[in-house]
Amino acid sequence: MKPSAFKYIAARSLAQALALKSEHGDEAKFIAGGQSLIPTMNFRLSRPAILIDINAIEELAGICPAAATMRIGALTRYRALQRDPVLARLFPLIGEALPHIAHPQIRNRGTIGGNLAHADPASELPAIALALGARFRVQSSSRERWIAAKDFFVGGLTTDLGPDEMLVEIELPLPQPRTGSCFLEIARRKGDFAIAGVAAMVTLDARDQCSDVRLTLCGVGEAPVDASAEAAALIGQVPSEAAFRDIAASVQAMIDPGGSVHAGADYQRHVAGVLTERALRTATERVPYGH
Amino acid sequence: MDTDDHDISLQVNGTTYRRRVESRLLLSDFLRHELGLAGTHVGCEHGVCGACTILFDGEPVRACLMFAVQANQHRISTIEGLAAKDGQYHPLQQAMHDYHGLQCGYCTPGILMTMSAFLDENPSPNEDEVREALSGNLCRCTGYQNIVDAVLAAAKTMRG
Repeated sequence: MKPSAFKYIAARSLAQALALKSEHGDEAKFIAGGQSLIPTMNFRLSRPAILIDINAIEELAGICPAAATMRIGALTRYRALQRDPVLARLFPLIGEALPHIAHPQIRNRGTIGGNLAHADPASELPAIALALGARFRVQSSSRERWIAAKDFFVGGLTTDLGPDEMLVEIELPLPQPRTGSCFLEIARRKGDFAIAGVAAMVTLDARDQCSDVRLTLCGVGEAPVDASAEAAALIGQVPSEAAFRDIAASVQAMIDPGGSVHAGADYQRHVAGVLTERALRTATERVPYGH
Repeated sequence: MDTDDHDISLQVNGTTYRRRVESRLLLSDFLRHELGLAGTHVGCEHGVCGACTILFDGEPVRACLMFAVQANQHRISTIEGLAAKDGQYHPLQQAMHDYHGLQCGYCTPGILMTMSAFLDENPSPNEDEVREALSGNLCRCTGYQNIVDAVLAAAKTMRG
């Protein structure tokens, strides 16, 4: 048997799962899809003493439109996100990013909440959540709080979640009218970790000047990178090739990719620049089509 | 040390099994060692190669990325259940034979389980869609072309 021994508890309700976590703290881990957790357990990089299985807690899964937002339960699987026609129409950025997440078998099992709580900097969804301005509802047995995506990802594989807390729901604000978006990623092979990935959202006003822009990256640092401040140079301008190039250069200067056997840091920086230009250009071109 | 054991009951290829399993037993090892269903192959054991793909409640998943205890009260299909009861091959199995879609055969059970669910959902795929659906199954022998040809041929047979 590859993983080290642990105690397994299948929680029957959210209250029970939270009570167990509050009792055991860092000794215990929640398991949802397990598509990141079990590989690390098979390598014994992770050796939780207790696994609290939340797969049977139905209230944690589902996609639900609310006033000017969309709410997604943490246990919603990637495949359910891909199959939801309303989500794909309202948030094309998510639809464009999902096929880059591993493979169909993994997407049948892996969950959005598990992905975000694992906070792999190479993963697409943390960067997408940052670009969309998502908020996360977090619960413990004694309290509930909301955390903005920008405050949730605090470092490499590290989030703001406390040892007694669970990410239970993701809230996405609807994009403004006249917003175009684009997600692009380069990986060594289909489904591999990103060498670099870029999410861009561009909003234009009635005179076709940029009124808002979001730009985030995955795979090029210890945490997802928010480069919206660099992209803000576009605001007040009619977007142009020269502006896209300047923003790409600022992004290349700000990121600090780690490099790997598949791509050195310089190559990652190069790819990030190229994808930044392309994603901003494509997002702008898509404004008239409302995606 | 006492082990953390659980009684589970699950359906595999239509047969109900009851067993006592340690919580850390992977579903792939459970199928092979406890049930003797060694058609589910084990390659990388961390979710990359796809050799252990089975259907969990009808959907392809990696059996090495689940614990057996998590399959309690669930329904599983493995390669042993793909052919008809009288031994007649599933159209995918026949097409893999006809189109020389396997050489060493180690990846084949995972590919067949992935593709049988894929064709149920997409009866008329094009070549790109087949390749996309195959992306989670590594084959080091064939170069994939004959597998793609076999899946397209099986789809045609299954459409009738």
